[in-house]
Amino acid sequence: MVDTNAIYVLWLRDIKRFIRAKSRIIGMLVLPIFFLLGLGLGLGNLIPSSVLGGSYLEFIVPGIIGMSLIFTSVASGTSVLWDRQFGFLKEILVTPNSRSAVVIGRVAGGATTAMLQSFIIVIISLLIGFNIHFTAATALAIVFMFLIATTFISLGLVFGSLINDFQGFQLVTSFVTMPLFFLSNGIFPLSALPGFVKYIAYLNPLSYGVDGLRITLAGATSFLNPIHLGWLVISPLAIDLFMMLLSSAIMIAIASYAFNRTDVG
Amino acid sequence: MDSIISVNRLSKEYGSLKAVNNISFDVGEGEIFGLLGPNGAGKTTTIKMLTTLLKPTSGTATVAGYNIKTSQNSVRKHIGIIFQDPSLDDELTGRENLQFHAILYNVSSDKREAKINEVLKLVELEDKADVLVKNYSGGMKRRLEIGRGLIHEPKVLFLDEPTVGLDPQTRRHIWEYIKKLNESTKTTLILTTHYIEEADYLCNRVAFIDHGRLVALDTPDVLKDKLGGDVISLKAKTGSDALEKRLKSTSWVKTISRHDETIDITVEEGEKKIPSLVKIAEKIKVQIDSVSLHKPSLEDVFIRYTGKSIREEEGEGWKGHMRAIRARRSR
Ligand SMILES: Nc1ncnc2c1ncn2[C@@H]1O[C@H](COP(=O)(O)OP(=O)(O)O)[C@@H](O)[C@H]1O
Ligand SMILES: [Mg+2]
Repeated sequence: MVDTNAIYVLWLRDIKRFIRAKSRIIGMLVLPIFFLLGLGLGLGNLIPSSVLGGSYLEFIVPGIIGMSLIFTSVASGTSVLWDRQFGFLKEILVTPNSRSAVVIGRVAGGATTAMLQSFIIVIISLLIGFNIHFTAATALAIVFMFLIATTFISLGLVFGSLINDFQGFQLVTSFVTMPLFFLSNGIFPLSALPGFVKYIAYLNPLSYGVDGLRITLAGATSFLNPIHLGWLVISPLAIDLFMMLLSSAIMIAIASYAFNRTDVG
Repeated sequence: MDSIISVNRLSKEYGSLKAVNNISFDVGEGEIFGLLGPNGAGKTTTIKMLTTLLKPTSGTATVAGYNIKTSQNSVRKHIGIIFQDPSLDDELTGRENLQFHAILYNVSSDKREAKINEVLKLVELEDKADVLVKNYSGGMKRRLEIGRGLIHEPKVLFLDEPTVGLDPQTRRHIWEYIKKLNESTKTTLILTTHYIEEADYLCNRVAFIDHGRLVALDTPDVLKDKLGGDVISLKAKTGSDALEKRLKSTSWVKTISRHDETIDITVEEGEKKIPSLVKIAEKIKVQIDSVSLHKPSLEDVFIRYTGKSIREEEGEGWKGHMRAIRARRSR
């Protein structure tokens, strides 16, 4: 049973609220832009491009996009808390629609707005000297943005469903989001990370998402090696895509489960 | 009478607390049915179970012909609910709130706009339809919620404390909307309240709820008649004893009681008995100081059944009231 109506309405609601909340958009962009300018322009000049096989700006822009996506996405889980606080959650949950449809609608809406923010970051990057390496795979960058967003919006929805108070939500999400970002290839190449940290980063979906963005946007070399299965060669880009699809699917399922259990308030 | 709601031994327990304790009642089609009781009586819990938001601990009910336990989705399709606490999206306009609701209930797109305009007219919000809800007053929000509950033409509309937290004038207004919509749409309404006047003014039948139990159920008039008539309080300057003695032997005085110099009697049609009382007093040379007539209210009936006033819990009511006001104002 797919309640497309509910999905559509919840998506549309996120879009309308996003467009109206100019200050919130700017607020969510501040941190990524500081990182972009600070790391991309400042620190970037200190790092010889031989280390990264390209300029640090080319390296860091996909990382910052990943950062903006993960922070915005996880934070979007607060919308569940707001809706509970303002009673709108009851209004949604008493309608004849499945809770999974509600989750999918929220994920779709959140992903759209998170991607719009990413586009803004891409534009700012272009202004400060970033070049997109256009290839046939470049369009896939949008898919990677979408999948990073769905994975981490679902994570935000899990927290939003389980946690009823704003401070608790803030605390838990920052304890989770920060490590997720720093224990990925967002800012440092994985080869620069010490052994055990590297393995954690390998388990982190964000690493594959950012890697996908690096390949598609900056034409970078992956941290992964192709997998040979007999005559079949699976490219790093395909592995990235597979991992992100997998993490999105798993996280949406977990979010639906958690949301099914949530307290109406 | 065809029942549209049939509640059968419904209970909800929170640990050892029986929030709703084995209640049964039927609601007829087109009726305005009231659940009246103090704060904490179990009204909201009952509504939440009937609207499928909460699972009963035991017992069951059918709403619009569907079982609340086994056919939740069908129940949801045929009901509307106005929650006790606000439930609008403040960052959308009034019209958008209604549009979203219409889509969520699968109202076909060709009927949607007409229905929305009809509802906006009913609750007199046409001028404000395109204003963000956060700029609405408390009364306007409540009206929008009532209108929203009607968009999908539910068979039954639940209103949980529809006027809590509103000023008396706005409350009157809301009452008029509720009456109007019941008359014009024939929707069955089930409302909860802890305001006696509200139940008395609006409801065809009232169920008294206290500590999770249903203690009485009937039309307001029948309930009041059970008290045996109006109460007249007389105060005499002197000769109270003589007056009391004389009244005891008067045929139309049904009961008589005395506190200090005040004599309370129950009579039927009290306003017509006052002149006779004055005459009787004059005859036996007793000078009456004051007379007051008290028509029994549902409050008196409630006291008769539960031994306490609904208003005793007003302290808690005030807190709830402030909470509602805060929730309406903030953001
Ligand atoms: N989720 C809950 N957990 C524990 N107790 C609850 C819960 N919800 C309501 N109660 C208790 O159940 C009783 C009935 O509450 P409620 O139905 O809200 O009353 P009313 O709506 O008549 O004011 C109250 O004593 C209330 O404290
Ligand atoms: Mg209540």
